[in-house]
Amino acid sequence: MAPITNVEFSDVQGLLRFGYGKLTGACFLLLRIEDPAAAAGWLAEAPVSTAEVKSPPPERALQLAFTSQGLKRLGLSSEILDGFSAEFISGMAGEDNRSRRLGDTADSSPSKWQWGSSNTSLDMVAMIYATPDLFDDWKHSLASQMQNSGFTVMHCLSTEDMGNIEPFGFADGVSSPVIDWERKRNPSGDQVTYENLVMLGEFVLGYPNEYGLYTDRPKIDDAQADLPDAEDSPGSKDLGRNGTYLVMRQIDQDVHGFWKFLSKQTGNSPTFTQELAEQFVGRKMSGAPLLSQSEQTITGVGPDPDDVRLNQFTFDTDPLGVACPFGAHIRRANPRNADLPPGTPPGLFGRLSRILALDRVFGAGGESIHKDRVASARFHRLLRRGREYGPLLTQAQRTGPPQPDESPSGLHFICLNANIGRQFEFVQGAWIQSTSFDGLRDENDPIIGNRMTISACPAASFSLPVDAGLRQQIRDIPRFTTVRGGAYFFLPGIRALRYIARAGKVS
Amino acid sequence: MTGQAAMTPQNNIMIVAPIDRNNEADLRLILESMNLQPGVFDTANTLVPFQQIKTLHFARFVILEDATRADLLAYGEPPAPAGKSLALLCDFDGPSDAFLRDLVACAGNGLVRVFSYCESPPATEDLIAWLQSHQARASASYVNWIGRTTVQIREEELLYRALDNRLNSLDMSNAKPRQVWNDLRSFVDSERAAGRITLTPNAPTPLAWRVGNLLHCVGIPIVVLLLSPFVLLYLPVFLLQLRVHEKTDPVIAPRPETLQAHELAMLEDHQVTNQFSAYGNLKPGIFRRWTITAVFLAIDYTARHIFNRGFLARVVTIHFARWVFLDNHKRAFFASNYDGSLEAYMGDFINKVAWGLNVVFSNGLGYPKTSWLIAGGAKNELTFKDYLRRHQLPTQVWYNAAQGLTACDMERNARIRAGLEMSRMSDEKLSQWVGLF
Repeated sequence: MAPITNVEFSDVQGLLRFGYGKLTGACFLLLRIEDPAAAAGWLAEAPVSTAEVKSPPPERALQLAFTSQGLKRLGLSSEILDGFSAEFISGMAGEDNRSRRLGDTADSSPSKWQWGSSNTSLDMVAMIYATPDLFDDWKHSLASQMQNSGFTVMHCLSTEDMGNIEPFGFADGVSSPVIDWERKRNPSGDQVTYENLVMLGEFVLGYPNEYGLYTDRPKIDDAQADLPDAEDSPGSKDLGRNGTYLVMRQIDQDVHGFWKFLSKQTGNSPTFTQELAEQFVGRKMSGAPLLSQSEQTITGVGPDPDDVRLNQFTFDTDPLGVACPFGAHIRRANPRNADLPPGTPPGLFGRLSRILALDRVFGAGGESIHKDRVASARFHRLLRRGREYGPLLTQAQRTGPPQPDESPSGLHFICLNANIGRQFEFVQGAWIQSTSFDGLRDENDPIIGNRMTISACPAASFSLPVDAGLRQQIRDIPRFTTVRGGAYFFLPGIRALRYIARAGKVS
Repeated sequence: MTGQAAMTPQNNIMIVAPIDRNNEADLRLILESMNLQPGVFDTANTLVPFQQIKTLHFARFVILEDATRADLLAYGEPPAPAGKSLALLCDFDGPSDAFLRDLVACAGNGLVRVFSYCESPPATEDLIAWLQSHQARASASYVNWIGRTTVQIREEELLYRALDNRLNSLDMSNAKPRQVWNDLRSFVDSERAAGRITLTPNAPTPLAWRVGNLLHCVGIPIVVLLLSPFVLLYLPVFLLQLRVHEKTDPVIAPRPETLQAHELAMLEDHQVTNQFSAYGNLKPGIFRRWTITAVFLAIDYTARHIFNRGFLARVVTIHFARWVFLDNHKRAFFASNYDGSLEAYMGDFINKVAWGLNVVFSNGLGYPKTSWLIAGGAKNELTFKDYLRRHQLPTQVWYNAAQGLTACDMERNARIRAGLEMSRMSDEKLSQWVGLF
């Protein structure tokens, strides 16, 4: 068992710990490295924000992350590069199979992207945050510094402060996993209750994950390297430690199309339209859940009363999907389940009976078709850090026709995870876009599903179960979102960042 | 447990023939000619038209090649012999001899052509005999739902679509479950009378099969019971031997090469169901040979008599799977057809049935370290995933008769039909039945 050491927050980039919600000015510069040596010089000194709590809190922040192309450009050896995950090395748009699984097909396919597809040379992203009054100066200062240091700004992804509301009008950022920074969590064996506290290693490389194991990352056999030690390989240095993978996707949202479609379903009744939208999302527009608060507390939820009000629930009390449809967005994105199905009797025999499926063996075959069909959520959590873009609209404007020259609305979806394949790609492929999630058929995520017909089976429906009655089914739902760009980045620890910079100086 | 009133059981065959190495490139080309693109079978192909065989559920051609032959060096043994084989696997309804006749009738010429690239190829006249003499019997076979035929799958899906359309065209939003049931029952009756819906009643279960199945079901436990004193006596020795092996067996699971991983991924996720073919050397020695034989027997028994109604322990996504000894019991081959992506499949196995995987696959050379046969092993998430990919073979041709339907869809359709055919249903059961839509 590796010794438990405390996390050096000075070595972790701040985004892992803070959402920088108060720094409402934000933009993401997509960069190409033209001159590796010059770029490396800037990177060696760049004012990257760390995860240390500062008092007073900072008014500006900068985070830097690299694509595998960018790391190669800076001269990291292929031996080190091979230590990164296959998904990161290949890139989000690197393989047709990946795009198939992520649902990036037709209008969302990488060939139509504005940035991030394989033929554009995207090397790095600089994430710039500041309070509104300081933002412009901070952004221009950084941009000109970088342009004078061998970078080209390929694209500037700007954001709009919508006050924690996403473009469709729903409260966003309501739910987030709590990272076990103190390293107290020790899950062993099958968990029978849902917990919102998640192992550090699910989000930060170099620490144990929910399996109690260390995700692969590049380790360096040079004792002189100025890098943290690898906890699981004494004598090696860990280039990944305190770093993580950052997934970024630009998702256009057809706000007017969304509300127009829903309104048509309910005969233009504003109340019913809003209710239907809330069934699609799985939360009220205010962010309140559709299920009532559970009596049982949930580890990692609370004690803040707002958090309890918003997040102290699981879907165990809604086995028929009547309160919140099975295919609703938040139910797909986080099923809030445990390793064993709900109703597992306590004790060893109870667990054993579920593991061997004895309840099915001796059952009369009358179980719900949805029984035990969803993988355990704790292995598939995402730490979201997205920001919206587009015009700030009122609900009346959203439900009305688009203004002339209205710029596109959407979300720069950003999430952090240590294992892209098991976390982001799994949630996106097996839960969000899947037409067979939780025993459903003919539907994928009502908000961000791509509606792609697979094997002549349509995917444009949405079922709303009715208690002791026939389901209500919405059909021929149009696509509401389109992916415009995306990439996988490595967000390094601070010492790792400086190490990468030194590699660039040499090359 | 030993079979419903009337049903047709499923069977499988596997034909294996060594490839003439001079012809390998041409063989690959001709196999590829059966696809629209890699991983997508051409249902209009005329070479081997699997789609014409009505009792066929799944079929595949896979070239068996062992890139891990040198792993045996870790045991101080010489590498396994080189040499590739062509395998044809089929999962179908009814007895194997009838199926072979249908197969040859539909695709005899194509099969002769495909197998002409093998050493000692068949002649058209004696194709059936040649196929029979090249069979590799499965040691353990799993069928998601024993008795669910291709006819049933097809008809019940058409039934579902017809009922779904009807429910959507009428406004039944406030109808009670009983009203819905009555309406749909009369609808189905009139549709059947008009010939627009067909629901073929199940053929009676063959008597010989029923007898054989009953004997197997009862006989194996009797044999086990009779042998149990010896087994119990041997048990401490077994456990000791097991621990010694577990502590010394080498783990060989490096990260797969990018090119190999890419080749495999290219063939996946074109539809909701996927294929998996794996091939590897067994750990040498009598201990492992007997252990895996016993494990296969246990799997085969439980798959035939217990896990035959939609679930293999906690895993509900596998349609058909089998385990086969090859190359004089030196290697094992595993084939499965499952719903969802490989990542989801592997995740399910790690989290839900790691113990089951460990019991079988830990007898494979290089498997991640296990403890007491059931612990560890697959729980080493990344090592296990690397190990699987290392031994996974690209499946050159893969046919799925029920493309687009998951095992869950099939079960739902069957339950809907069964509900319609009940003469009486309680209000509670009707509520559940209506909830299936």
